[in-house]
Amino acid sequence: MGVSNTDSDKTQEEEQQDLPKVVLLRPPPAFSLIGEESFASNKFQFLKTYDSQLPLDQFLSTHSHSIKAILSSAGAPVNADILQLLPEVGLVVTTSAGLNHVDIPECRRRGIKIANAGHVYSDDVADLAVGLLIDVLRKVSASDRYVRQGLWADKGNYPHGSKLGGKRTGIVGLGNIGYEVAKRLEAFGCVVSYNSRKKKPYVSYPFYHNVCELAANCDALIICCGLSDETRHMINKPVLSALGKEGFIVNIGRGDIIDEKEMVSCLMRGEIAGAGLDVFENEPNVRKEFFAMDNVVLSPHRAVFTPESLKDLSQLVVGNLEAFLSNKPLLSEYVDNE
Amino acid sequence: MHKYLEQQLETHFNLFKLWHCNSSIAEFLKTHQGNTIRAVVGLDKIDLRKCEEKGIRVANTPDVLTDDVADLAIGLILGVLRRICASDEYVRIGKWKDADFGLATKFSGKSVGIVGLGRIGTAIAKRAEAFGCSISYFSRSQKPFANYKFYSNIIDLATSCQILIVACALTEETRHIINREVIDALGPKGILINIGRGAHVDETELVSALLEGRLGGAGLDVYENEPEVPEELLGLGNVVLQPHVGSDTVETSDAMADLVISNLKAHFSNKPLLTPVI
Repeated sequence: MGVSNTDSDKTQEEEQQDLPKVVLLRPPPAFSLIGEESFASNKFQFLKTYDSQLPLDQFLSTHSHSIKAILSSAGAPVNADILQLLPEVGLVVTTSAGLNHVDIPECRRRGIKIANAGHVYSDDVADLAVGLLIDVLRKVSASDRYVRQGLWADKGNYPHGSKLGGKRTGIVGLGNIGYEVAKRLEAFGCVVSYNSRKKKPYVSYPFYHNVCELAANCDALIICCGLSDETRHMINKPVLSALGKEGFIVNIGRGDIIDEKEMVSCLMRGEIAGAGLDVFENEPNVRKEFFAMDNVVLSPHRAVFTPESLKDLSQLVVGNLEAFLSNKPLLSEYVDNE
Repeated sequence: MHKYLEQQLETHFNLFKLWHCNSSIAEFLKTHQGNTIRAVVGLDKIDLRKCEEKGIRVANTPDVLTDDVADLAIGLILGVLRRICASDEYVRIGKWKDADFGLATKFSGKSVGIVGLGRIGTAIAKRAEAFGCSISYFSRSQKPFANYKFYSNIIDLATSCQILIVACALTEETRHIINREVIDALGPKGILINIGRGAHVDETELVSALLEGRLGGAGLDVYENEPEVPEELLGLGNVVLQPHVGSDTVETSDAMADLVISNLKAHFSNKPLLTPVI
C-alpha cells in the first residue's frame, strides 16, 4: 500500500490550517470575560491581527485568500480600507448590537452580509436602564455611599428621593431594547411615550415626532437608540431645557448621542435633576465633574456584561459564522430598513 | 419629621413635640391630653392591645407607600445583581481607566421568592414578572387570588429561588424568620432583599454568611439596630445598604402626611377614620 496524503491522513493541525479564517482586529471583551473557548468551532479558525508583529495591512494582505469573515467589536472600525484588503470576506459579524463602527454602505456595495448581536442583549440592557433610573430617582448609590461613610448615624436621614410610579417616561428609540424598557416601566406604573425614526404601528404608546417635544412632555428620558449621523448629539441644549429642572436622563445607547459638555453644565446649574449613564463620549475617560455629583449614577459601559448574555452572544456568533460557511441563512442578519 | 407633615400639623392642630420637651414622657402626657397618630404602615412599635384597652384610636398609612417600597425592592435587586452601586464607585475613584469592571449577574428570568404576599409583596411580584421572573411565595396561608407557586415552608421557598425578598409584617412569629437555615438554603448564589424590618433577619447570621461566602449578596433597607449598620458590611461589594428609605420619596411622604391630617381632622370632627387600625 502506497503512502498518499489523503484528507483522512492529515494531522489535526493541518486540518485546522485548511479551515476558513475569521479575522479579528481587536480582542472582543467577551473573550476575556467568558473565555475564548465559548467561541470555538470546528468549522472555522480565528486569525488575530493583534497577535502579529506585522503591520495591519501587511497581515491582512498575507492572509486575504483565506479570510472569509470578520468578527468585529466596537473600537475597531470595519471601514473601506480594511475591506479593500479582504476581497474574500462575505460576512461581518459584530459582538455588539450597535453597528456604528461598521461601514454599512461599503459592505452593501461589496455584497458583504452583516450579522449583529440581535436581541441577545435586550433583557440585560433594559434591566440596566431600569436599574439606573430607579437608582438616580431613589438615590440608591448615593445613599449607599452615605451609609458606608457612617453618616446615617452621624447626620440622620438622607434627603428624600423621587417616586417612580406615575412618572412620564420618554423612550428615545423604540427598537427591541426600547420596547423591553417600556414593558418593564409599565409594571412600575410609569406612563410611556416615545420618539423613533418612524411611528411603530404595533404599539399603543403615544408617539412624538421630535425628541424635543418628547422631552417637554416627560419626567425622564431613556436613550435606547443607536448612534448614527442623525442621532449624534441629538440630546442637545434645547432638548435638555425642554426636559427641565425636574427631569432625569438615562443613557444606555452611546455616549455621543448626548452633548455631554452641555449635559454637565445643565447638571451643574440644576437645569436637569439627574442622570444615569452607562456610556460616555470618551470612554473610559469620564469627565471629572461627574465625580462630585450625587445626582448622577455612573456605569462603565457594561450593560451586556453578564455571563448569561455573553454566553448567548457566543452561541449566536458561532451560529452565524457556521451558517454563513455552510450557505445557510444567518441567525441575526442585520437588515437596513428598520 | 417630614417638613410638609410638620407644617400641616402646626397649621391645623396644636402640635406638641415630645422630643422637644425636657420633662419625662409620663409627665408630659399628664399635662397634655391627646390621642396619638403615627405616620407609618408598620404597627410593630405600637402596643395595639393597650390602645384598645384605653380607647385610643390608631390609624396608619397603608397603600400610599406600597409602590415606593416595591420599587426600592427591585432597585436593591438590580443594585446587587448588576452591581450598579459597586461599579458607580469604581468609576468615581478612577479605576475604569485602568481596567474593565468585570461581570455582573442577569436579573431577567431569575426565580424570585417573596416572604409575605400582602400589598407590598404583590406589588413586588407584579414588577418582577415584567422582568420575566418566576414568582413563588411563603405566607401564613395560601392566597386564592395569587397565580404564583405557594410554599408552606420558608426553607423550601429559599431552596427554590435565587432572590428572596422579605415583605411581611413584623410579628412574634416573623422575628428572625430569616435565620441560618434559611440563609444556607438560599445559598452562595442567592440574594437576600430586606425591605421589611431589621428584626426579620438574624443579622449576626447574615453577616457571617456574607463574609464566608455562604450567601451571594444582600440588599438591605432595614437593620436590627438602626441607624447602626454592622461594620463588616460596610466594606463588602456584594451588598447594597440603604438608610431605611423604603417610602422616602417627596411624593409619598406628602401623601402620607395628607392621610395623617385627614385622619386627625376626621377624628376631631367625630367622623370615621379613613384608615383605622383600631
